[in-house]
Amino acid sequence: MTDYKMHLLICGGTGCKASESDEIKKRLNQYIEEFDLENEVQVVTTGCFGFCEKGPIVKVLPDNTFYVQVKPSDAEEIIKEHVIKGRSVNRLLYTDPATREHVPDSKKMDFYKKQIRIALKNCGFINPENIDEYIARDGYQALGKCLSGKTPEEVIKEIKDSGLRGRGGGGFPTGLKWEITRKVENEQKYVVCNADEGDPGAFMDRSILEGDPHAVLEAMSICGYCIGANTGLVYIRAEYPLAIQRLKVAIKQAEEYGLLGDDVLGTGFNFRIELRYGAGAFVCGEETALIHSMEGLRGEPTFKPPFPSVSGYMGKPTNVNNVETFANIPVIINKGAAWFSTIGTEKSKGTKVFALAGKINNVGLIEVPMGTTLREVIYDIGGGIKGGKKFKAVQTGGPSGGCLTEKHLDIPIDYDNLIAAGSMMGSGGMIVMDEDDCMVSIAKFYLDFTLEESCGKCTPCRVGNKRLYELLDKITEGKGELEDIEKLKELSVVIKDTALCGLGQTSPNPVLSTIANFGDEYRAHVVDGKCPAGQCKALLRYEIDEDACTGCTLCSRNCPVGAITGERRQPHNIDQSLCIKCGVCFDKCKFNAVKLV
Amino acid sequence: MAKIKSLADLRKLQEDVLSEFKVRENSKEPDRVVQVKVGMATCGIASGAKDTMKYFVEDLEQEAIDAVVTQTGCMGFCYAEPTVEVTLPGKEPVVFGHVGKEKVHEIIERYIKRGEMIDGIIPVNFKTIDD
Repeated sequence: MTDYKMHLLICGGTGCKASESDEIKKRLNQYIEEFDLENEVQVVTTGCFGFCEKGPIVKVLPDNTFYVQVKPSDAEEIIKEHVIKGRSVNRLLYTDPATREHVPDSKKMDFYKKQIRIALKNCGFINPENIDEYIARDGYQALGKCLSGKTPEEVIKEIKDSGLRGRGGGGFPTGLKWEITRKVENEQKYVVCNADEGDPGAFMDRSILEGDPHAVLEAMSICGYCIGANTGLVYIRAEYPLAIQRLKVAIKQAEEYGLLGDDVLGTGFNFRIELRYGAGAFVCGEETALIHSMEGLRGEPTFKPPFPSVSGYMGKPTNVNNVETFANIPVIINKGAAWFSTIGTEKSKGTKVFALAGKINNVGLIEVPMGTTLREVIYDIGGGIKGGKKFKAVQTGGPSGGCLTEKHLDIPIDYDNLIAAGSMMGSGGMIVMDEDDCMVSIAKFYLDFTLEESCGKCTPCRVGNKRLYELLDKITEGKGELEDIEKLKELSVVIKDTALCGLGQTSPNPVLSTIANFGDEYRAHVVDGKCPAGQCKALLRYEIDEDACTGCTLCSRNCPVGAITGERRQPHNIDQSLCIKCGVCFDKCKFNAVKLV
Repeated sequence: MAKIKSLADLRKLQEDVLSEFKVRENSKEPDRVVQVKVGMATCGIASGAKDTMKYFVEDLEQEAIDAVVTQTGCMGFCYAEPTVEVTLPGKEPVVFGHVGKEKVHEIIERYIKRGEMIDGIIPVNFKTIDD
C-alpha cells in the first residue's frame, strides 16, 4: 500500500494550463523519479484555484505551501529544496501586497479572505436533515441567548448596529424594519420569510434552504420574539420541492426538540412556522403581492403605504425578510454586531451571496464581503471568461438590474455603488457575458421575461413593457431606425416613473443600461444593419470565399435546407433566399471559407 | 427525541454531539472511519448525486470499509457537480468533482484505500466564520 507523505497539487484550470502547467507536472514527475520519490510524493492536477493572475499555482500538502507563477524550470528546485530538504523556495512564495512579506501558509493568504461564508457557513458542511449537526455548529444558541438573556429591544439594537440590510435586493435596514413592526400595536403579528426567488439564473436562497434550513427557522423565531409574533410563514415557490421537503423535516425536528412550538427553551415564548406555496410568479417576490398570494388572492401588488409592517398578512403587522437576510441573523447574535460591522463597506455591511453564471469558468455559488470588486469576483473567484474570450458585461440584479462593463470592474460592490453605476444588487444573480453576446438581444431577453411576469394591473407595466419589447424586437430583426433608440429611452423613463410596484419601476433598467453602456451596438443594428456580436440572425449573412473554398462539399452536404450548391472541387455558393442562417456551414468548413459578413 | 427545556440543556446537547463527532474524526484505529459527504442540493441531485451516494454506500460496504456516508447541501462548485467531500481520519477534507460511478470507484480504490490523490480535485478557496 502506498501512503504518500506529500502531495504536490498543480492547478489544471484553463489559465494555468495555458501557462504550461502540464509541462510543470511532467518535469516534477521527472525529478520525483530521478530521486526515487515515487512512493512518497504524488503530483496531482486540480481544478481551478481561482487565482489565475498568479498562475500557474503549485500547492504542497500537508504543509499548505502555496507557490505562484511557477515555471517548468522551477520544478527541479521545488523537488530538491522543498521535497528533499524541507526548505520552501522563497522566491516562488506568494507575497502579500500590503506587507510585502512572503506568505508560506496558504491558509493565511488574503486570497482566502476573498470569500467569507456567513450565510452559507453550513451549506455543504452539515447534513441539512439532521438537526444535531446544526446544533453542533452553534445552532439555536442565538435563539437561546435572545430568549434567556436579552430583551427584544436589545436584540433589535444589535441587528441595527450590525448594519445588516435586506438581501432581497432593496437593501432596507433590517433592524429598522423589525423596530417599525415591533412598535405597531396589535395582538396578532406575523413573520414572513420571502423565499420566492425568481430572478433568472439566481439560486442563492434555494441553496440556503436546501443546505441549512434551520438557520432560517432560528432567525424567524428570533424575529418573532423581537416584533411580538407567534407565527411565522415561509412563502416558497412550489417549484422548489427539495427545499420544501428539507424545511418540512427541519420544522418537524425543531418541534420535536421543543425549539419550535409552545414554551421554547422554558422561556414562555411560543412560535410556530408554517409553509405557504407560491406558483412561481415573479411579481410575488414583491412583498405586497406575496402577502395577497398567501391570503388566497391574486398575486398583485398594492400601493405602499401602508407598509406590511403596519398592515400586512390578514391586515395584521407583518415583517417580511428574505431568506439570505434571515440566514445572517444567528451569526450576528452569536458573534456580535461589532464583529459583523467590520466586514463590508461603510454603508453595506457583511457579505453577499452571488450565483455566478454565464460565460465564466467556475460557475458556482459564492459569498464575498461587500466591497469586493467585480474584477475579483470574475477573475479571482470565477476563474475568468470561458474559452479565453473577452469579457463584455456582467448583469446584476436580474430583470430589475443592469449590465455593467469593463469600466465598472473595479467598483467595490455594494448597494449604493451598483445603483450609482446603473444596476442594482438585486437578490444576487450575476450573469457574465462575453464578446459573443449581443446586448440588444440581452435586453430583449429580460423584457420578454418581464412581459410574461407582469401581473397586468397597471398600464405602464402591462402595455409599456410590451411596447419596449416590440421596439427591441424590431431592432434585432434589422428593421430598427435611429429614432427607435430615443423612443426606447423615453418610454423607459415613463414606465419607471409611473408603474405601481417594484417590478414595473425597474423593468426598463436592462434597456436603459445597455443603451447607456453599449449605445454603439444599438446604432450598429439600426444604422449599419449589423449585429457586432453575430447573434441577431436577421442581420447575419453567410458567404463563401471563392478563393478559400476547395469544393469539398462538406457544407452543402450538411446544409439542412439545401441552400448551398456547387460542383465538387469548385467554389460553392449560398442561395441567400433559402439560407436560414443556422451557421452549420460556418462550423463545418475546415478551410475558413465560410465568412460571416 | 427528548425536548430541550433550557439554554443549558441546548449547550449540553451541543457538547454531546460534538464529542460524538470528535470520536469519529480522531479515530486512529485500524478500522478507521472515513467520512463521505455528498452534495445533495437540487443541482447536485439533477447531476446524479443520488446515484453517487448509492454507489458509495454499496461499494464501501462491499469493500468492508468503515465509513459514514451523509448528504449535505450545496458546496458552491456548480461547474463540477456532483461534488463529494471525503475526510480520511486525521487528514484535511478533500473535495472531488464530477463524481459519477467510475469516479466513485477510483476514489475508493485510490484515495480511501491508498491515500493517493486523484487528478481533478477541487481546491477550496473560501473561509467560513468558524475558520
